[in-house]
Amino acid sequence: MSNSKLAVPELAAVEIDGMTRSSFILKSTLAAGAVYGGAAVGPFVKQAMSQEGGDVDILNFALTLEYLESAFYDEALTQVKGLSGENKSLTEQLAEDEAAHVDTLTATIKDLGGKPVKAPKVDFGDAFQDEDSYLELAQTFEDTGVSAYNGAAPEIESKEILAAAGSIVQIEGRHAGLIRLTRGENPAPTAFDETLDMQEVLDAVMPFIKS
Amino acid sequence: MEEIKSKAPRAAEGSALRELADDPSSRKRFLKMVGGTGAAGAFGLFLAACGSDEETTTSGGGSTGTSPTGGAASKGDLEILNYALTLEFLESEFYRQAIDSGEIKDQAIADVAKTFGEHEQEHVDALTATIEQLGGTPTEAPETDFSKALKSADTILSTAAMVENVGAAAYLGAAPEIKSPEVLAAALSIHSVEGRHAAALNQVAGNSFQGGDPVVGSIPDGPFAEPMDMESVLKAVQPFLAKS
Repeated sequence: MSNSKLAVPELAAVEIDGMTRSSFILKSTLAAGAVYGGAAVGPFVKQAMSQEGGDVDILNFALTLEYLESAFYDEALTQVKGLSGENKSLTEQLAEDEAAHVDTLTATIKDLGGKPVKAPKVDFGDAFQDEDSYLELAQTFEDTGVSAYNGAAPEIESKEILAAAGSIVQIEGRHAGLIRLTRGENPAPTAFDETLDMQEVLDAVMPFIKS
Repeated sequence: MEEIKSKAPRAAEGSALRELADDPSSRKRFLKMVGGTGAAGAFGLFLAACGSDEETTTSGGGSTGTSPTGGAASKGDLEILNYALTLEFLESEFYRQAIDSGEIKDQAIADVAKTFGEHEQEHVDALTATIEQLGGTPTEAPETDFSKALKSADTILSTAAMVENVGAAAYLGAAPEIKSPEVLAAALSIHSVEGRHAAALNQVAGNSFQGGDPVVGSIPDGPFAEPMDMESVLKAVQPFLAKS
């Protein structure tokens, strides 16, 4: 893809090319021989196997999204007019979870010898003018997050990182379900969540990222 | 646990959840995602993974053997798919019996049960088709016994939440073992839906989103969902399997 189109340097650092199925297949041959214990799925097991390039890029991509979500809920807590008790509690929970995702992704990228992307500068426009518009955008972010992780996960080379990404995407799915329930929407609009590729995700979130 | 409404103000209120449309096209999307047997064939050499769990995973009946002349998919992947299929059969049957029990009086809750039940049936259909496509033999539906769970709307809701929590945790535990990226993508597209179901039902059933018993309450004890291995999952669903 042409990175020159991206307005944000941080996102330009996210490598989109070079993560092919064939490289996944090659690595999974190696992974098939690895010992994998049931207890190994704690958040982000450190000793991942082969993490140059692909996995770090995917983690940085995920980190960008988590930064976006984290900032979104942080701002919502102070800016949404009339955020009510129940929705405020939910928002606090969401903010806490996304912040934890940011922290863990950052630490994992460093552990793998990679360089975590910086937090993007964000602008959510008038999304916080009332609860309805805030929750509507929250739903979009969470649904997009689910599809982004689901789209990227099969490209992950390390089994441990895949497990960790899975433990995050399930939470994103739970967030999406709760927000939808709160809005009177179907918590699960389809039997199979859609996947989005990186470019589709970037297109979706770019309006909220300002350099 | 006397009354649903007191615990589920959001779900029970008026128009909430009334438009629970189902999406027949999603199954096609799933099958398209899984792709043909050619892609799966590339993984035929990567056996292993869940071999030691083979016997326990098929307690619902049926075997997970691959066809000797079939698509030669990964044996491990087929076992995982049949494991998932067993759980989906269980979930699907539970919703069916829950609706038939007549215990659910609240229309919004009934709509949820219907929609989620339809999802589980779609999962059953898609997994069955995928296993066949990969040259495997789909496991048969397990004999179930939900009599205790169907006593009241409350027990139905708490059981539904529990089953969904376990289902989500089961997919999470199994996904890293899947060899084929296509099968993995498909499993993940189900996994997050189970998570959506679980969260909604935890809310409706009055379980906390965070903390609580990992199975009965809510699986995500914090920002990272916990996986369950096959043994734990089977133990959790054992009460719903009829003694044969």
